Amino acid sequence: MNNAAPTSSPHSHQGHSVSQLMLHVLLACVPGTAALVFFFGFGVLFNLVSLVLMALLSEAAVLRLRRRAVMPALRDLSATVTAVLLALALPPTAPWWLGLIAIFFAIVVGKQLYGGLGYNPFNPAMVGYVVVLISFPVQMTRWLLPQGATDALPGFSEAVTIFFDGELLQGIDAFTGATALDSFRQQQGAQLVSEFRQSSPVMGQWSGLGWEWINVGFLFGGLYLLYKRIIRWHIPATVLLTLGLLALLFHDGGSSASHGSPLMHLFGGATMLGAFFIATDPVTAATTPRGQLVYGALIGIVIYVIRAFGNYPDGVAFAVLLANFAAPLIDTCTQPRTFGHAK
Amino acid sequence: MNNALPKLWSLPGGIHPPENKSQSLNGPIRMAALPPQLTVPVTQPDYATPQLCVQVGDRVHKGQALVRAAQSSGLLAHAPAAGVVSAIAGYPVPNASGLPELCVVIDTDPTDTRWAKLKALDYPGAGIDTLIERIADAGISGLGGAGFPTQLKLHSALQQVDTLVLNAAECEPFITADTALLCERAAEVVTGCMILLQITVAARCLIGIEDNKPQAIAALQQHCSDARLQVVVIPARYPSGAENQLIHILTGKEIPSGTLAVHSGILCHNVGTAYAIARAVVHGEQLLSRITTVSGAALREPANYEVLTGTPVAALLQHSGVDHTQLSRLLCGGPLMGIELPHAQLPVTKTTNCVVATTEAELPSPPPAQACIRCGLCVDVCPVQLLPQQLYWFARSKEYTKAQAHNLQDCIECGACAYVCPSHIPLVQYYRNAKAGIREQSDKHQRADYAKQRFEVHQQRVALVQAQNDQRRAERAAAVKAQPAAAAGTSAQDAITAALARVQAKKAAQSIDAGKQDDSK
Repeated sequence: MNNAAPTSSPHSHQGHSVSQLMLHVLLACVPGTAALVFFFGFGVLFNLVSLVLMALLSEAAVLRLRRRAVMPALRDLSATVTAVLLALALPPTAPWWLGLIAIFFAIVVGKQLYGGLGYNPFNPAMVGYVVVLISFPVQMTRWLLPQGATDALPGFSEAVTIFFDGELLQGIDAFTGATALDSFRQQQGAQLVSEFRQSSPVMGQWSGLGWEWINVGFLFGGLYLLYKRIIRWHIPATVLLTLGLLALLFHDGGSSASHGSPLMHLFGGATMLGAFFIATDPVTAATTPRGQLVYGALIGIVIYVIRAFGNYPDGVAFAVLLANFAAPLIDTCTQPRTFGHAK
Repeated sequence: MNNALPKLWSLPGGIHPPENKSQSLNGPIRMAALPPQLTVPVTQPDYATPQLCVQVGDRVHKGQALVRAAQSSGLLAHAPAAGVVSAIAGYPVPNASGLPELCVVIDTDPTDTRWAKLKALDYPGAGIDTLIERIADAGISGLGGAGFPTQLKLHSALQQVDTLVLNAAECEPFITADTALLCERAAEVVTGCMILLQITVAARCLIGIEDNKPQAIAALQQHCSDARLQVVVIPARYPSGAENQLIHILTGKEIPSGTLAVHSGILCHNVGTAYAIARAVVHGEQLLSRITTVSGAALREPANYEVLTGTPVAALLQHSGVDHTQLSRLLCGGPLMGIELPHAQLPVTKTTNCVVATTEAELPSPPPAQACIRCGLCVDVCPVQLLPQQLYWFARSKEYTKAQAHNLQDCIECGACAYVCPSHIPLVQYYRNAKAGIREQSDKHQRADYAKQRFEVHQQRVALVQAQNDQRRAERAAAVKAQPAAAAGTSAQDAITAALARVQAKKAAQSIDAGKQDDSK
């Protein structure tokens, strides 16, 4: 018999751990990431590797400063997940310092300064993303043309040059352009949706070229998370439902005033990544079942409003952060009826 | 027996932990050998002082009462075997507080096996009061876990209930005491049911049992010939055996928070209790033993035992071949709601349904708790539909008002939340602490209110006395003022008249003297 103080019930456990949950999330990122690499090349991988390293280093550094145990925190993989989600959101042409600033604001400011895992009110990856999006709009909106729209994605050495100093590469403009959502916004009022789709090199079958398959990849990953019960259906379902319904409402039959079809919105930009991977961050989301429906719907609405009427091509990050603000209030207002209490 | 498939209501939440029940169901119920010493707790409900009727050195026979019943609210304890009382003192018993309870220690005499039973009752002919009195005389308390005196529960239920629920769910892993009882002695359990029906005059009795006990179900169904009895097979899911949860599954009724099942017309008893009632009524036997599951990976032969109350847990472990090198923790009850025993010398009590001698491999020690990531897995499994992650924050920061607003008091401490928590947070411990804190706070408030009331009454009394004194003083002052004046008035008058008289007398005397002098002149 061990001589430790008697433990409190329950004495048995299902055996899950935080790191296992995080590992499933990382696994679920694989199909979407693969599609992203296929369409945008090595830059995505550079972002992934460098951000994960920087995240682990900065988390370790802050934990040392805070005099907390470093290894248990690194082993829970939460910093890795934050870095991966942030890396997937950054453009593949992002120079290293952009990632560093983003990671600093994500891990150090957004997470550790609030007390570390579980105490941060805002999604750390989105905090980092929004800081660099607002501070460095040029670098942040300079996306590569996807495979298919151009024959010449940057090769490995060119990608290295872009990563270390994007401005040095001659003729970088040949590779880059606006994303599908962005160019659709720019053209609004000029052409019918169908005409624009045929004329624009970045438009695909039903959404942006490449983006539609990247979204399919993240959708599969999300379904895996649902199947594994890592996330609940409430948030992704309501994000997608509200976004789709609003898009349908303002689709306007594909006229020149249209804000895009539901399919374009559901499979364009960061929709699936946002709905399944970012909005579902448990720490910053609403936690009551009904609250999660409200929370998801709020995100869906804000994404659409920003995409259709705002100044940014995509609105997932802002939508998630705004909903983070509302989460505590939503939770307070949507407390479920306890067993044995009046209906 | 009613064969129609009854409608079942579903339990919100719940978990499916590994059952670990088969290992203790390999053989028949064993009789635990008589130990050299029995430590019999004589704890009374609400920790009232027990009125002992034996002294150290007394010889007791099997079935002799050790305490007098304190009116009707007490719980009788009997000597489980003949012997000599060697000590009466506080001993540690399996309880959550870890505080010692008053026990009578009997050095047993294996040669004296006579059992002074009560007179057997002819139960269909016996009246309700006779039956309840018999249950009290036999010292029967709820064998499911709470250990509340059965006669009290029945008294409160008289003329109140239409449905009797017999709890055979036994949803917690490892525990098979009720299952073993049903497999071997279903007939007497059913007799106990019939007696309970006779006492409560309930219209029906629903026997709830989980579907993972086919043998016990078959045995029950074989004996349920009365139309009022209905064996209801429910899906196995922890904690379907918790009283209010089982009632909800069987009847669809939610027992309102803060009330008892009887207030909703339902009485719930454990099958073990029904069996003890049958033995007491039909055979006149006091409750001296119970069936206890002894299981866990540290044992060679897990089994169910019929154990005399007061038998040390160590004796049971010995019978089952304990491997002390493997033993990591000793649990009383199951792995989800049981308590960890500090050592094996603690006695088996009327509520000890299971002892688990486990190994580190079987039930690993909890790793250090990590931060709550609000994943909400606990929300999904909570059978009471609380928000465990919110309650955790409130309990941690001692925000008791918020915890109460989130209905902490409705938590049944089933442990489902902590079972699934990926951060391994001992949530139930936090809730228990917070509940204790709230109790303490409300006690403090009550004491403060009481002190305030006393102070106010005291103030009023002081003011009243003051007022009375003032009034009395004023009256006295007024009286004093009026009296001396009157007294002075009369005496002054007298003095004046007296003085006048004296003066006149003097004058007269002087004039006579003068006349005399004049005359002499």
